[in-house]
Amino acid sequence: MKTLVARVLTAPRAEVPWQGGPGRLIALAQEAGLTGRGGAGFPAWRKLTEVATAHRPVVVANAAEGEPASSKDAELLARNPHLVLDGLQLAAEAVGAAKCHLYASRISAGHARHALDQRKDRWPVTIVEAPDLFVAGEESAVLSAVDGKRALPRDKPKLPVHQGFLVQNVETLAHLALIARHGPSWFRREGTRDEPGTFLATLSGAVANPGVHEAPFGIPLNELLQPAEPIQAVLVGGYHGRWVPWTSEPVSRPGAGVFVALAESVCGLDFSAQVLTYLAGQSARQCGPCLNGLPRIATLLTAVARRRATAGTVTDLNTLAGFVIGRGACRHPDGSARFLHSTLTTFDHEIAAHLRGTCRSRR
Amino acid sequence: MSRLHVDWTACAGRGLCHELLPEVLGSDPWGYPVPRDGSREPEVPEGLRQHANTAVALCPRLAIRLIS
Amino acid sequence: MAVNEALWYLGRGTGLMALLLLSVATALGIATSTGRVLPGLPRFAVTALHRNAGLTAVVFVIVHIGTLLLDPEAQLRLVDVIVPFVGDYRPFWLGLGTLAFDLLLAVMITSLLRQRIGWKVWRIVHWAAYALWPAGLLHAIGTGTDATQVWYWIAAALSVITVGAAFLWRLVPTGGGRA
Repeated sequence: MKTLVARVLTAPRAEVPWQGGPGRLIALAQEAGLTGRGGAGFPAWRKLTEVATAHRPVVVANAAEGEPASSKDAELLARNPHLVLDGLQLAAEAVGAAKCHLYASRISAGHARHALDQRKDRWPVTIVEAPDLFVAGEESAVLSAVDGKRALPRDKPKLPVHQGFLVQNVETLAHLALIARHGPSWFRREGTRDEPGTFLATLSGAVANPGVHEAPFGIPLNELLQPAEPIQAVLVGGYHGRWVPWTSEPVSRPGAGVFVALAESVCGLDFSAQVLTYLAGQSARQCGPCLNGLPRIATLLTAVARRRATAGTVTDLNTLAGFVIGRGACRHPDGSARFLHSTLTTFDHEIAAHLRGTCRSRR
Repeated sequence: MSRLHVDWTACAGRGLCHELLPEVLGSDPWGYPVPRDGSREPEVPEGLRQHANTAVALCPRLAIRLIS
Repeated sequence: MAVNEALWYLGRGTGLMALLLLSVATALGIATSTGRVLPGLPRFAVTALHRNAGLTAVVFVIVHIGTLLLDPEAQLRLVDVIVPFVGDYRPFWLGLGTLAFDLLLAVMITSLLRQRIGWKVWRIVHWAAYALWPAGLLHAIGTGTDATQVWYWIAAALSVITVGAAFLWRLVPTGGGRA
């Protein structure tokens, strides 16, 4: 298997491969097995199908990338904005869209504007600037911003896809454009049968090759990341992701392709407590369980990291995690609880050491 | 069978709902409702429909509604 | 007792009852707006009491206005019921009552239609309660022919104490986080 490949980052500019009518691209996307690259990994063809049934669909290319450890969307828009914009046009054609938007942070928006000036698209694209906040990329926050209001998650009695809104990560759109150009079989030449194609990975932490790389699904973890020093675990999927031990096993379900390598010399609890403190601070502060629960969780985990906790603290952490799951307008608390759970499981020996007053990693 | 939908951005933990529907909703340490069946939108049995309607009407923030 | 006299007594009596009920409703409204619990009383009971006191007050206000419209000595015209400050008898003090009634109608109608208009609109109109209660109180003192009687002042004092106590209770700081 090849290690790192070049597809969305380097594909040359070409004419938009129009499909000749709504719906045709959806079959190609299904055959190719394209899944979303924004984190959830939902099959793209299903979202397209659902949105296509609406009266006046709206398509939004999402490049908000609120995750601090991720820069793939920014990189993609800097290096290959035209491919993303091609994908946006094709998605619009596939669902019979009434409107198209691109939602991005200031710099990426600038790259997109520059590219748009060089194009004459069938669907005009409105650029909406995203604030530099963690939850700004959440689906309902995106739609709220596109609607001219603040980029905050909203109550969703019905999911946006069922109301005719297609919010798609820019990387997904880029892959979609290439599928339209080269076909599903070409797309499936990389990756595995269950996870076909390539994905963009942002590497950070104790790696010798930090930055954005494109890799096939199924690539072994220790081929994707080149350690700069011995690695004890890798955080996969970003701050709402999970810890994976350093291994030669293939990478699976990388979410938004975020990989943070934790060196053996760094305390995993220290790092995790900082992440949770950050996540607590990034709450939109609209929903009680998140607003009250996350800061409490962060405080308790920090106490564990600083070796000032008891076994009761860990019990409290688990209880609190149970309280924040499923009780909010968005999944920020759920994702944070998932990260906490993974931390408590993966670093259980470290926790035991901290409760005894020591730390296993060389500080 | 109907379900309760909570608009968490509107809910202020006033606590009338779990007073009126204790079989369906508990309360967390800060006063916010906790569905007893662990789901996001707990089911309301037909026998409790009336109480659920009262809870919906009396919520100070109009944060809950019944959906079928 | 002549019918006119009966109407006059009924008019004043219902007016005073309305003021007391509105004071209770306002006080309960102030108390619940904090989100804090009144010791001993479940929250839904306090809210239900608030609503019922308010609705009952509306009934008493309507009877109050109705009897005065029928009473020839009161000289109340239909226009004075809706438009404030155009009356013949003590126009300023009467007008305050009209104003209070207008605001009360707005509060009541928006509250009954709460689920249709949404919380934000409802809340803005509901703030009119802070104008409606003082207007009602001043109207009672200014137009009440019994304003020189001791029991009238006692009733007015009770109204002020009820609302004042709720206001003070609200100002007392307490801990806890709220969304």
